[in-house]
Amino acid sequence: MQVNERKPLIVAFCCNWCSYAGADLAGNNRLNYPADVKIIRVPCSCRVNPMFVLRAFQRGADGVIICGCHPGDCHYTSGNYYTRRRMALLFSMLDFLGIEKERTRVEWVSAAEGAKFAATMNDFVEKVTALGENKRLEDLRCKR
Amino acid sequence: MQKITRDALIEKAAALLENGTVSAVLGWKRGEFDYDVTPAVFNSIDEMKEGFVWNDFCGANFSKYLVSKTKKAEGKILVFLKPCDTYSFNQLLTEHRFDREKVYAVGIPCEGMADIDKIREIAGDGISKIECGEKITVTTLYADEPVVIECEKVLEGRCESCKSKAHVAYDELMGDEGEVLDSNRFDEVARLEAMSAEERFAFWQNELSKCIRCNACRDICPACTCEKCVFGNPNSGVENKAISDSFEEKMFHIIRAFHVAGRCTDCGECSRVCPQNIPLHLLNRKFIKDINSFYGEYQAGAEVGSRAPLVNYTTEDLEPGEVFAKGE
Repeated sequence: MQVNERKPLIVAFCCNWCSYAGADLAGNNRLNYPADVKIIRVPCSCRVNPMFVLRAFQRGADGVIICGCHPGDCHYTSGNYYTRRRMALLFSMLDFLGIEKERTRVEWVSAAEGAKFAATMNDFVEKVTALGENKRLEDLRCKR
Repeated sequence: MQKITRDALIEKAAALLENGTVSAVLGWKRGEFDYDVTPAVFNSIDEMKEGFVWNDFCGANFSKYLVSKTKKAEGKILVFLKPCDTYSFNQLLTEHRFDREKVYAVGIPCEGMADIDKIREIAGDGISKIECGEKITVTTLYADEPVVIECEKVLEGRCESCKSKAHVAYDELMGDEGEVLDSNRFDEVARLEAMSAEERFAFWQNELSKCIRCNACRDICPACTCEKCVFGNPNSGVENKAISDSFEEKMFHIIRAFHVAGRCTDCGECSRVCPQNIPLHLLNRKFIKDINSFYGEYQAGAEVGSRAPLVNYTTEDLEPGEVFAKGE
């Protein structure tokens, strides 16, 4: 086993009503997912401003994943529909600027999908780890 | 060259000032040089006769100036709008940024504006005088003879791919109404999209690292009318210029373009004012192109009151993960 293996830093924005509860369920069910994932609870996935995503990268995150309720299940009726449009455009723009597209993702995880949450995180962390350190999006002044 | 003359515009303004329809005129005046024409407010006919300018350098989009000018003005303001300006005009009305009652809009035809950098390439440095007529006559300090240039050769980039010669808003129209053109404005975006991610990254790294963060693109943008801006926050740590290979300029430009996504009318002012000649309009056009292909054709400002794509949704929208699959 390698001792000095670099651990990625993943920021997960989870909506309070579905995905955060999904993460809780994953924990209750004793499902494993990497500790590199740092969960930030937001009232709705729609709360995630594109600036949040870029600021996370700027401050040294290697990947950002946004989790929300399934479309149609939003606690606030329509929040995640807006997220979907917004993030589609943001991701397309990041791709246009030549930034690795595997570093960003949106997943819909409901409160009952603890297993999906764990599987998603495992998969995402694996992909981001393979990409290595985030060089293109960091800003040394902001890095913690 | 412009089809409508300066005298015709002054005559129109004089008539409206005289009969009391308007109390002030928003127009162009000469700046330091013949080619840096700047916006100005004229309060009388005499002021206009002295300072008013209408030539191939009157590129400034007046729509945004209406936001501040109509707040203070008593009575109506006369504003001259070129076709592309009228889209911004409508967009600002949609967002309730100024009072339509306080504006008297006169639509004027535009044959495209001249780019001083292109003129410099042909005529050289030391330009002392420029006369706009049928052709552009450029006098320089170093050449004995003035250089005569055809207007079509030195058109601004945004005018080469002009999207419309038709006005979408006016109280009165001077000259003939044009048509919405079938422009090739997304060609350059498509060319970049066809590149590999590495090439695109190198392209934007090269372009955006030139940015000096003067915020001119933000300040000129008719869609950017917030009174407080996220980039004005001194606690953010990113309000100033950083080392050139940092992500900060990219974030500024992504967010700048994102904040106007779906509201950008593609007037091209951001690229015109950029002192570093960064093709900023490409970022906006990328969003417009994406919106058109993901959510259906949408032209911001084409009509007052239309709902912008980012404040709208359908239950069948594509997933963010699918945008990558689309591009390949």
